[in-house]
Amino acid sequence: MGTHLLVDFGSTYTKLTAVDLEKETLIGVSKAMTTVKTDVNEGFDQALEKLKNAHPDMPEIVQISACSSAAGGLKMAAIGLVEELTAEAAKRACLGAGALVNHVFSHHLSKKEIKTLKNADIDIILLAGGTDGGNSECIIHNAKKLKEADLGVPVIVAGNKDAADTIDELYQDSNMEYYIVDNVMPKLKKLNVEDAKHIIRKIFINKIIEGKGIKKAEQKTGEIIMPTPEAVLQASELLARGHEEEEGLGELMVIDIGGATTDVHTIGEGTPKRTEVILKGLQEPFAKRTVEGDLGMRYSANALVSLVSPFEFKKYYDTEHNGFNNDTFKEHAQKLHDNVDYLPDTSEDEAYDEALARICTDYSVSRHVGSVEVVYTPLGNMYYQTGKDLTDVQYVIGTGGVLINHPDAKRILKEVEQKSNKKLELRPIHSQFLIDKEYIMAAMGLLGQKNPRLALKLLKRHLT
Amino acid sequence: MHTVVIGVIGADVHAVGNKIIEHVLTDHGFNVVNIGVLSSQEDFINAAIETDADAMLVSSLYGHGEMDCKYLRENCEEAGLEDILLYVGGNIVVGKQDFNDVEQRFKKMGFNRVYPPGSDIEKACEDLMEDLNK
Repeated sequence: MGTHLLVDFGSTYTKLTAVDLEKETLIGVSKAMTTVKTDVNEGFDQALEKLKNAHPDMPEIVQISACSSAAGGLKMAAIGLVEELTAEAAKRACLGAGALVNHVFSHHLSKKEIKTLKNADIDIILLAGGTDGGNSECIIHNAKKLKEADLGVPVIVAGNKDAADTIDELYQDSNMEYYIVDNVMPKLKKLNVEDAKHIIRKIFINKIIEGKGIKKAEQKTGEIIMPTPEAVLQASELLARGHEEEEGLGELMVIDIGGATTDVHTIGEGTPKRTEVILKGLQEPFAKRTVEGDLGMRYSANALVSLVSPFEFKKYYDTEHNGFNNDTFKEHAQKLHDNVDYLPDTSEDEAYDEALARICTDYSVSRHVGSVEVVYTPLGNMYYQTGKDLTDVQYVIGTGGVLINHPDAKRILKEVEQKSNKKLELRPIHSQFLIDKEYIMAAMGLLGQKNPRLALKLLKRHLT
Repeated sequence: MHTVVIGVIGADVHAVGNKIIEHVLTDHGFNVVNIGVLSSQEDFINAAIETDADAMLVSSLYGHGEMDCKYLRENCEEAGLEDILLYVGGNIVVGKQDFNDVEQRFKKMGFNRVYPPGSDIEKACEDLMEDLNK
C-alpha cells in the first residue's frame, strides 16, 4: 500500500506529514524552512530527509498531495454593490476558498479605489453585485472600470446573471483573464459561493502558485491542490460531518493562531435556537471561515496590542508575572514584530505570548460569532440574530504554533466561551477543547480529498 | 417583470398580512422580494438596491408606522433610489384618526399611495400596474 505524503508549503515552514495507508496510522511529521526565494524544492528535500531519517522503515511513498500558503498565501479583493449584501457575499466566497481579503469595495468603484487596487498586492479580484434580475448597472460600471485600470489580475465575475453577457462582450476582445460564474447572491440574502470558490481554487492551482515560485515543487509533489486555509476548512468539515459509517463530531469550531493572522472556522448551521429570535442579514455559510489580519503572534503583534488598553491587557496577562508595565508591554510587541522567529525564553515572555494568544482567541471569536439584539415590540421582547448562533458547538479545536506548543493550551481556548461582558455574543457555552498537537489539520484536509475515511479516523485519533 | 420589495416595518411582527400580500402580488406576475417582519428602513433600501426594485410596499399594523416611515423617502433618495414608488398600508397611525388627514400626511412624507386598514390588496395591485406603466 505504501505511504501517502502530505505537504504544506507554509509561509515559514514546509511541513510534511506521512501516513501509512496499510496500517492506517500517522507515521510522523517533519518540517524545514520554506525556500521560495531560492528553490522551493530545497526546503522540501530537507524536510523529507528529516522524515526519512526519523522513520527509516517508512514504506515507499506512493502518493503525494500538497497545499500552499507560501509567499503570502492567496490575496484577493472583493467587490459588490451593498456592503452588507453582495460585497459581503463576495468576501465570504474568497474567505471560504482560503484567501486573505484585504480589500472590499461596495457600490461604484471610484478613481481612488481603483488606485488602491493598482497599488495593492492582489492575486485575484472577485466582482459581484446585484441579485439575478436585479441591479446590473453597478456591476457593469465596475467591470468597465476594472478593464480601464488594466490591473493584469484575473477577474471572476459572480454577480447578476443579467449583466453577464454584457461583461463578457466587454472583456472578450481585451487581454483580460476573466471567468463568469454563478452569482454569489442570486436571491436576496441567499448565499451561493460554491461556483466562485471552485474557480478561485482553479486559478490558484493553475496560475498563482507559479507566480509565487512554488510551481517548481510540482515536479516532486504533483499538483498543489489548494491553499492551506482551505485544506484546514475541508478537514474541519469532514470532522464535523463524518464519513459513511464513521461518525463525525457534529458542530465544531477551529481556532488557528498564526504569526500574522488568526483564522476561525466553524461548521454548523448556526440558526436561532429559540422561537422568539428572528434571523437578520445575509445567509451564513455552513462551513464558515473568518480571518483576522490584525490578530497574530508576531507580524501582527503591534496591531494586536494597539487594540487593547494596558488595563485590558492585564486581564489577559497572568498576574503572577509582573514583567511588563504600561510602556514595556508595547515595546515587547514591537520586538516580536521585528523578530518573527523569536521564541520566549523567560517565564515573563511566555506569559506575554499566552496573553497575546488569549487576545487573538477572544477577539477573533467576537468577530466570528453572531450576536443578538433585543427589540421591544407590543407583543413582548423579540430578538434579532445577526450571524451564527454557536452556543451549542460541541468541540473547539486549537491549532497553530502557540496552541500546539503551549503546555496548557486549553486554558487559552477557554477565551472562546461565553463571557459576562459579552452577553449578546452567541459564543459556545459548554464545549470540549481539543488540541491539534501533531499539527495535522491541513494535511488531513488534503488526505480527505482522496481518502476521507482514513483522514477522519486519524483526526479523531490525534486531536486530543 | 417588475420587482417589488415588501415587508413589515419597525418592531412589528404581524406576519399573516405580509404572506397574503406576497401571494397576491406573485399571482399578478410581480417578482416579489419579501424581507418579512421586523424590517428596518435600511433593510428595505438595501433590498431595493440589490434587486433593482420598482416599488416598496411597506406594511405596518401596530400603530407606530408613522414614526417608522419617517424620512424613508429622503433615505431612499440618499441611497440613489430617486424613482422608486413607495406604498404604505395598514394601521399606520396611533388610534382612530380621519383617514384623509392620514393620507395627506403620508403623501407629504413622500409616499405615492396610502391604504387604510382593511384595504383590498387587489386594488393596490391595480394601482401599482397603473403607476408603473405611467
